[in-house]
Amino acid sequence: MLSIILQAAAVAGVAKLGGAIGAGIAALGAGIGIGRIGGSAMEAIARQPEAAGDIRANMIIIAALVESVALFAVIVCLLAVLA
Amino acid sequence: MHGKIWKGLLVAMILFIANSGFTIAFSQEEHATATEVSDEAHQGGEETAEAFNPGDFIFNHINDAHEWHLATIGHKHISIPLPVILYSKTKGFHVFMSGKFKHGQAAYKGFRLETSGNNKGNIVDVDGAFLLDLSITKNIAAMIFGLGLILWIFLSVGSVYRKNPVRAPSGLQSWIEPVIIFLRDDVIKPSIGHKYERYMPYLLTLFFFIWINNMLGLIPIPPAGANLTGNIAVTMVLALFTFVITNVSGNGNYWKHILNTPGVPAWLKLPIPIMPLVEVLGVFTKPLVLMIRLFANITAGHIVVMGFITLIYIFAEMSAGLAYGVSLISIAFNVFITFLELLVAFIQAFIFTFLSSIYIGLAVAEHHHEAPQDEHG
Repeated sequence: MLSIILQAAAVAGVAKLGGAIGAGIAALGAGIGIGRIGGSAMEAIARQPEAAGDIRANMIIIAALVESVALFAVIVCLLAVLA
Repeated sequence: MHGKIWKGLLVAMILFIANSGFTIAFSQEEHATATEVSDEAHQGGEETAEAFNPGDFIFNHINDAHEWHLATIGHKHISIPLPVILYSKTKGFHVFMSGKFKHGQAAYKGFRLETSGNNKGNIVDVDGAFLLDLSITKNIAAMIFGLGLILWIFLSVGSVYRKNPVRAPSGLQSWIEPVIIFLRDDVIKPSIGHKYERYMPYLLTLFFFIWINNMLGLIPIPPAGANLTGNIAVTMVLALFTFVITNVSGNGNYWKHILNTPGVPAWLKLPIPIMPLVEVLGVFTKPLVLMIRLFANITAGHIVVMGFITLIYIFAEMSAGLAYGVSLISIAFNVFITFLELLVAFIQAFIFTFLSSIYIGLAVAEHHHEAPQDEHG
């Protein structure tokens, strides 16, 4: 059963579909993550404007960490599409 | 001030126009089936041209190569041949220039440059025997250039400090000194603690190697422009250094926390060692994540830049006018993405250094740093 599905998947290029959908979900997750970080940073800056510099630096670092998780997913999707 | 910004934008624009020029050439490396996708070919109504393949176009730039391709004019390839160093058990050592392969059309001394299939871009033995390829490829040539640049910067700055350590910094010094002080005071010292000086040379080398090579990757003109830090082999070696240094400098406390984590219920350790297993796995996943993070970030950056360039050619297949319109938008986006990539180049170098120093800091931490956590157990 599974092998039939896999064969059908290979014929129909479902790997490409899966890769594309996966990339979309990864972007969604990264968007939520970075959005939450940005929102909290804005609130923090509004509460304590004198700490804006420190908050911004930390925000960028955490955003980069979230982004790289999304990029892991993108690499996996790329492998699904190309391999 | 404003003048400077505009000059910067202008330079970026020129770089991008140059970039698109060079990268078209990259897409046409396989000229046995040379596909002419440039605007001229389409305006000339060349019927034989194959469909433009964005995937090939992008991956020819992302991947390593045995020659440094500059441009393709008509069917003529202009590329810098690079040295090929091969070791085969049956044929021994061979050193020659990659130009001998004639872009993969000719075999030389029983070796062949594959132009298609799984081994595309690799040199294989015609007999199919095992081959050790130690060639100076595009990435290695770019790395040698980057290393030369780093050596020049730091030797010249270092000699100024040696001659006159009390003079106010000038020139290159005023670029290097704040970065080093920032790394020492805000990154390395807080995360490693009082023994931080032993690890400064490694961590600073790591940071500047990644940063400078990230930035060189954004310059489209040789000898820069290879996707060096977006090559998983390069990031693997960097992560391996961190792995070895972390575990060699790990003290008894570090190993105790891995093998017999304090403050964890005994049933997690004794019949089935779940906690030790997870912790030992953590030793390997940390450098693995470092490796993939840098690789994925830099490769994704290059893919996005190349993706915007391919848009021009995808639309050029529909109509020339559309391509001109899209090229304006695409170049504008490319300039934006490149400024973003300039930021990413710094952030990724910083994060690699920061996480490396945190891992080393965890390995060398003395027991009294952990004291508050022990109260829970």
